[in-house]
Amino acid sequence: MNDLVDQINQADTVWILISSALVLLMTPGLALFYGGMVRRKNVLGTIMHSFIAMGVATVVWVLYGYSLAFGPDIGHVIGNLTWAGLAGVGLEPNPTYSATVPHQAFMLFQMMFAIITPALITGAFAERFKFKTYILFLVLWLTFVYAPIVHWVWGENGWLRNMGVLDFAGGLVVHISSGAAALAAALMVGKRKDYSTVPMPPHNLVLTILGTGLLWFGWFGFNGGSSLAANATAVNAIVVTHISSAFAAISWMIVEWIHRKKPTVLGAATGAVAGLASITPAAGFVGPTAAIIVGLVAGMICYVAVNFKTIFGYDDTLDVVGVHGVGSTWGMIATGLFAVEASLDAQFTGVIVTWIFAFVATLVIMKVLDLTLGLRVSEEGENIGLDLCEHGERGYTI
Amino acid sequence: MKKIEAIIKPFKLEEVRKALDEIDVNGITITEVKGSGRQKGIKEVYRGAEYHIPFIQKIKMEIVVNDDMVDKVISVVQDKAQTGNIGDGKIFVSNIEEVIRIRTGERGLTAI
Amino acid sequence: MKKIEAIIKPFKLEEVRKALDEIGVNGITITEVKGSGRQKGIKEVYRGAEYHIPFIPKVKMEIVVNDDLVEKVISVILDKAQTGNIGDGKIFISNIEEVVRIRTGEKGLNAI
Repeated sequence: MNDLVDQINQADTVWILISSALVLLMTPGLALFYGGMVRRKNVLGTIMHSFIAMGVATVVWVLYGYSLAFGPDIGHVIGNLTWAGLAGVGLEPNPTYSATVPHQAFMLFQMMFAIITPALITGAFAERFKFKTYILFLVLWLTFVYAPIVHWVWGENGWLRNMGVLDFAGGLVVHISSGAAALAAALMVGKRKDYSTVPMPPHNLVLTILGTGLLWFGWFGFNGGSSLAANATAVNAIVVTHISSAFAAISWMIVEWIHRKKPTVLGAATGAVAGLASITPAAGFVGPTAAIIVGLVAGMICYVAVNFKTIFGYDDTLDVVGVHGVGSTWGMIATGLFAVEASLDAQFTGVIVTWIFAFVATLVIMKVLDLTLGLRVSEEGENIGLDLCEHGERGYTI
Repeated sequence: MKKIEAIIKPFKLEEVRKALDEIDVNGITITEVKGSGRQKGIKEVYRGAEYHIPFIQKIKMEIVVNDDMVDKVISVVQDKAQTGNIGDGKIFVSNIEEVIRIRTGERGLTAI
Repeated sequence: MKKIEAIIKPFKLEEVRKALDEIGVNGITITEVKGSGRQKGIKEVYRGAEYHIPFIPKVKMEIVVNDDLVEKVISVILDKAQTGNIGDGKIFISNIEEVVRIRTGEKGLNAI
């Protein structure tokens, strides 16, 4: 026990525990962010997609997910099952991942990322996905897409890590992986019934704004905690995270103001999230000036990107591709441009590999689910809404 | 007895209600409704995409009065709910065959 | 003039509205209502307890038209609001004695 006291830095440990809680809160925040944007009859179904990820992803992570992602390396592509059931993941630090905090704290912090990443994808198939299928999707996606990408980028001897790809807090691992998966999912699941004929505006943007606030708040832990210590890097990460978010909220608002004549609240909120997603890979490596550029550009290109779906005709319902996929692609490139230790070549390789792998693997998973459980609720179910047809509840009653 | 149904702009409600109160008409039922008509809906923008929303928020007032009050109520509602712009709404008059006050069971005019 | 009140399934609203617009009927008031009928409510579950909810969300459309348009409006609504399943709703017709356009004070047919 005295050994432990010597190895563990108390400030670092406190910070990682607090950061874990901050990141955990992002998922119910995401639930509100998404829940406000769908039609009223689907608010609970949409919230449940995020909420239940806190359960399912935890199960996967504890049983074998953490071991696949961070366990001892097999061929630079995946971890082995030595740490399945958290065997050997104890209170003594793991020097590779976090030399000053208990290994379990690192595992817990990473678990929160495994929860929110698949929850992000659900925006692409909101208002029509079958819940039973979704549970299985969570398990398969975490196993075959998330765990490998984590291992490549952050795992000991992962091949992208070895190549020098820099991803501070999950630009590749969280946002590009979920953005690419969202594109595959939107294409496989298809459009919502009556998508092109009936207007489907958000039912309660107040929820969305509350969710945005929780996401922004939690992101301090997401990026700040990724320094894995209560140190200067953590401070830098939080400062640039906040700057990027603020500038992106404003730049989205201005672009939309010019283009559509109104500074919308949803636009400002979406811009803020785009700024957060964009700075994520760069947060530990760039300073405030770079963060201003990252944020300004993020608000603009993500605004353009969410309009892709209208041009190309896919129904990425809540714009996961345009906000997270495109935002973080910009963030990865910006890391290459502004971080001294980064190689632009390596950054591009990371981006391309992650987009292609997450896209193709998600297509395959969706195809398998389509042939077995089916992806969508019935037409009648879509008419009455997911809340009643899938969950037997309503979000609002009189 | 007649039912007067007036579809009006929501911000005009209080003004109309006060004016009706002054002529001693205080039995009013209101509902939040949406309407379409010559005012061709509104444009809403979400994440850069424009939606045409055909229905606009309105208030429906329902007032049941004796026949001799109908013209008076119509003129009060019209006077107060008017802005002169499209979308001021409409008034519909229809027949009511019986009215019963639930508390006492009174019927007809005394129940109004 | 007649008032046509149609209680329909909410997701059918846009289809019906468009079809009415095509025959030149665009003055419509809608209200979110709940209805019970042959469609015997729904089962909801909260913390393991089952509730039978007798009223199901519907949309009420109110349309006032000249007498000669009534049958046409009815047939458009029937055509578009029908799914063939229980719970498609109903249409009620009643008499309207007077209509006033609030903005101009026009009455009768001119006000529709």
